[in-house]
Amino acid sequence: MHRHRTPAPPPAHTFSALEKRLLNEFQHGFPLDAEPFREIGRRLGVSEEQVLTALGRLHREGAISRVGPVLKPNRVGVSTLAAMAVPPGELERVAALVSARPEVNHNYERLHRFNLWFVVTASDTQHLDAVLDGISRECGLPVMDLPMVEDYFIDLGFDLKWN
Amino acid sequence: MELNIHRLESGAGADALDMRLIRAIQGGLPLVPRPYAEIATRLGLDERQVIERITRLQGMGIIKRFGVVVRHHELGFRFNAMVVWDIPDHRIGRVGRCIGQYDFVTLCYQRPRRLPHWRYNLFSMIHGRDRDEVIANVQRVVEECALQEIAHELLFSRRRFKQRGARYDAPSDPLPAPAPWRGVCGG
Repeated sequence: MHRHRTPAPPPAHTFSALEKRLLNEFQHGFPLDAEPFREIGRRLGVSEEQVLTALGRLHREGAISRVGPVLKPNRVGVSTLAAMAVPPGELERVAALVSARPEVNHNYERLHRFNLWFVVTASDTQHLDAVLDGISRECGLPVMDLPMVEDYFIDLGFDLKWN
Repeated sequence: MELNIHRLESGAGADALDMRLIRAIQGGLPLVPRPYAEIATRLGLDERQVIERITRLQGMGIIKRFGVVVRHHELGFRFNAMVVWDIPDHRIGRVGRCIGQYDFVTLCYQRPRRLPHWRYNLFSMIHGRDRDEVIANVQRVVEECALQEIAHELLFSRRRFKQRGARYDAPSDPLPAPAPWRGVCGG
C-alpha cells in the first residue's frame, strides 16, 4: 500500500530560515486564493518560485507529508483502535498477520501487557467487525475494540519551537 | 476501500462532489502556481468552486485543518507515548479539552472502558524529542489539568510495524493522485 519510505531529513538546524517559517507558520490558515504560493511569498518577502522550490525540497526530504487537508476521523467510513496482549514470542508473527490486512493503517508495538496497537478503517461497521473477528481467529487471541467516543483534540498544528 | 458516501450525505452535509474533491486533495495539492485550478480541471469544476468547497468543508469540520502537514517524527520529535487516563465520567469533557489544547499533544480521544481488562477511557498521544521530554510533558499536563489523583499509564512505542494515513479510495472513481505527492503519507 502506501508505506513510508522517505529517508529522514537533515537535523532541524540545517533548515533555512525560509524553510523554518514555511514549516511552522502555514500549518493552518493556508491561503485559499487562486495563487496561494505567491501569497505566501508576499507574506514572507520571497518569490513564488522560492516558496515552491522550498516546499518541494521539504517534501522530498520527508519533513512534510503534504500541503493539504487534515480530515476529521470517522466522517468518511468508520475506524477503531484495537489492542492485543500478545505473548512476546509470538509478537512478530501476529504483527505481520495484522499488518497484512489492507484495512490496518497503523500498527505499533508498545511497552505494556497490551503490546500490539493498531488502527482499522473500513467502509462500514459490519466490515470493521469482520476484520477484527478475522484477526482474532487468525491469531488465536482476543482483540480489544476501542472505538472513538469523542474527539477532544484541537488541531492547531505542531509547534516546532526552533529557538 | 469502498467509500461510504451515504453516511456523509445524511450525516455531515457533504455531497458526492465534495467526496471526489477530498479524494483529489487528500494526498496534497500539486506544487504549481495555481493548484486549485489544476484540481478543478481534473474534476470538471472551475477554480472558484474548488476554493469555495474547500472553505465550506473546513467550516463543516470535515477538513479539520488545511495547510502544511509536518512529519514531526522526521523533524526530531521521535519519541511519543500513548498516555491513557481513567477519568471519572463527569469530568471527562473538561479534562479532554484541557489535554487536547497542548501543542505537544496530537490526539485526545475518549474511548470505552473494557473492564476488567482495561480501565482507561481517555487516550492522548504526547510527543517529545526524547523520552525525558515526553515524561516532563506528561507531568506538566498532570499539574495543569489537575490530574494528580487520576490513574494513568504511559505506553511508549517500541516498533512501528506499519504506518500510512487513512485513505478514502473509491475503486469506481479512479483519480490520479498529484504526481509529486503520491504514496507519501503520515504526519
